[in-house]
Amino acid sequence: MARKTMIEAIRDAMDVAMGLDERVVVFGEDVGFFGGVFRCTQGLQAKYGKSRCFDAPINESGIVGAAIGMAAYGLKPCVEIQFADYMYPAYDQLTQEASRLRYRSNGDFTCPIVVRMPTGGGIFGGQTHSQSPEALFTHVSGLKTVVPSNPSDAKGLLIAAIEDPDPVIFLEPKRLYNGPFDGHHDKPVTPWSKHELGEVADGHYTVPLGKAVIRRPGNAVTVLAYGTMVYVAQAAAEETGIDAEIIDLRTLLPLDLDTVVESVKKTGRCVVVHEATLTSGFGAELMSLVQENCFYHLEAPVVRVAGWDTPYPHAQEWDYFPGPARVGRALIATMEA
Amino acid sequence: MAEAGKLRFHVPEPEVRPGGTPDFSNVPIPKAGSVPKPPIDVDPREIRDLAFSIIRVLDRAGESVGPWAGMLSDEELLEGLRHMMTLRAFDARMQMAQRQGKTSFYMQHLGEEAVSCAFRRALDKGDMNFPTYRQAGLLIADDYPMVTMMNQIYSNEADPLKGRQLPIMYSSKEHGFFSISGNLATQYIQAVGWAMASAISGDTRIAAAWIGDGSTAESDFHSALVFASTYKAPVILNIVNNQWAISTFQGIARGGAGTFAARGLGFGIPALRVDGNDYLAVHAVAKWAAERARANLGPTLIEYVTYRAGAHSTSDDPSAYRPKAESEAWPLGDPVVRLKNHLVHRGVWSDERHAQAETEILETVIAAQKEAESHGTLHAGGKPSIRDMFEGLYAEMPPHLRRQRQQAGI
Repeated sequence: MARKTMIEAIRDAMDVAMGLDERVVVFGEDVGFFGGVFRCTQGLQAKYGKSRCFDAPINESGIVGAAIGMAAYGLKPCVEIQFADYMYPAYDQLTQEASRLRYRSNGDFTCPIVVRMPTGGGIFGGQTHSQSPEALFTHVSGLKTVVPSNPSDAKGLLIAAIEDPDPVIFLEPKRLYNGPFDGHHDKPVTPWSKHELGEVADGHYTVPLGKAVIRRPGNAVTVLAYGTMVYVAQAAAEETGIDAEIIDLRTLLPLDLDTVVESVKKTGRCVVVHEATLTSGFGAELMSLVQENCFYHLEAPVVRVAGWDTPYPHAQEWDYFPGPARVGRALIATMEA
Repeated sequence: MAEAGKLRFHVPEPEVRPGGTPDFSNVPIPKAGSVPKPPIDVDPREIRDLAFSIIRVLDRAGESVGPWAGMLSDEELLEGLRHMMTLRAFDARMQMAQRQGKTSFYMQHLGEEAVSCAFRRALDKGDMNFPTYRQAGLLIADDYPMVTMMNQIYSNEADPLKGRQLPIMYSSKEHGFFSISGNLATQYIQAVGWAMASAISGDTRIAAAWIGDGSTAESDFHSALVFASTYKAPVILNIVNNQWAISTFQGIARGGAGTFAARGLGFGIPALRVDGNDYLAVHAVAKWAAERARANLGPTLIEYVTYRAGAHSTSDDPSAYRPKAESEAWPLGDPVVRLKNHLVHRGVWSDERHAQAETEILETVIAAQKEAESHGTLHAGGKPSIRDMFEGLYAEMPPHLRRQRQQAGI
């Protein structure tokens, strides 16, 4: 047991998975010798050799397409797309191939791949280093979509994803790589070494896919969040003094609907928070599910706080990023509704 | 004359359109036996010419000639002829079944039978093809049951794919036939990945990628060549150039210069061009590429020059975009007729035996069809269950799908 950053935890997960199963291979752009632009694969090539961890040409469709072929052969590729913003060339392979291989071949071929992608904003990444494309994956039948929010979960979820028999999109909020971030960009960042969820167990363990967790128990309002927004919501609850119950969804698909419904039925109110743009974002699905399943328990309309429906800007970073002030206002409005 | 300084936009056009006289006089066809056979460990730079020529074994007289000849026994060739005839008969019956409303869709191989049937013979058990929708000869030549193929086409109760897939999108891991997808070119890079995995695992098996002339324009064609080249993957990269991508002539994908095979040269991949209607040449070239891959010498790109004699699919009418008699004018002829003539020339076959074989094969196909139809057709008889629609998407059905299945009343 030691405190680790999310980067170290993710690296540890791949190390553990590669050590236990020689079918696990890791590749992507700059992933091999250099160890990844975010250092997530540092040392893996030296430890496991070039045939287990290697650099790939700059070709996202090629990376995912090759991984699908490898999975059809019987390997378990865990590949990296350098930024989620650059997954689009691979979208055909992910949505038409990886997601459907088991279904269309009736199990003759399967696709146990993991596609890791650094996601999210709050780092002055501008339009193509800040996107949160999760809704483009949750809309695809046959994929699973995971977003960890801390090192301990990141390791357990990634090992579970690698061991999962189906394709998993693993979105890593890069804003959380080195420490939790609550949206207060003017304050110094706390490292994971100062946070209890930076405590990462040694060796093999999993955090099951499809299970949410309550980060802050409360009775006044349910907040549905994932990734960086978990900390923003926590800050908003503290600053407003509202007794919010904050649920970290962890897996978006399959969704832990039971945990969500139980909480909303208890609180009678719900705020959905995500960085991704509002219209047709995953929040719309969450709102629909809450409405369908908790209608007679709701005491106020469900509210969404999300990124604006614009490309992610550079200079206006903190007017775009849904910070604690905006989330706090939504909490207050929901309580007063 | 264009005004000086003004740019003009170029759109390639086929030489002849409906109403015109088919003309392939500008398609250079080298003499059979004239292209050398290099050693498998040849430096790709030394055989650049092969990407611009056509490897041919069978000459006009039906004799097998040159360095690529002599690789198959009479028995193997007779079997090859039977495979091609079976595929042709199968196609004709299924085409008719579609017209009779027994299924929604079909695609024939007419004129291209040699490509997949002869290629299959160059592979070993355990090798994996990543086919398009026009390589069913790989299954026929591997003795995959025709009844099972028809069950898939009919989406009936015995359909191995449970009615989830459009007709002809077969899948058989056991027969080295990767699940077909409707999305063009996607499987080309997947084949390279499979081959990389075989090399990573220290295996001896190789992969074969398949693509048509039109789909080489897709980005996954480029992805596949980059990855195959970078990692020297044990894969055979096949391009079936049948001149047409639905209504679009091959010049739209290729432009006016070079060949599809030549696209491999820039990647340092040895590239061969072969007479796709010459069973012996297809087999010889495939064998050469397979040996290269097995010897860890890396990928080979092969362009099969052939002609799509039939319509693109049962939803297509080629008379709207090409001359009706164009396939008859095709200078490389008919693969079945050419192999038949060769076997007659060798004295191991005759017109009588051929006619008899045609009858026998047709009877076999009809018997298979009857058996398949006893399990139902698309609109009549046994069907896959509605439950099958929800199952098999994930290894374990997630809660939201269980709820939807219940809503569907199951």
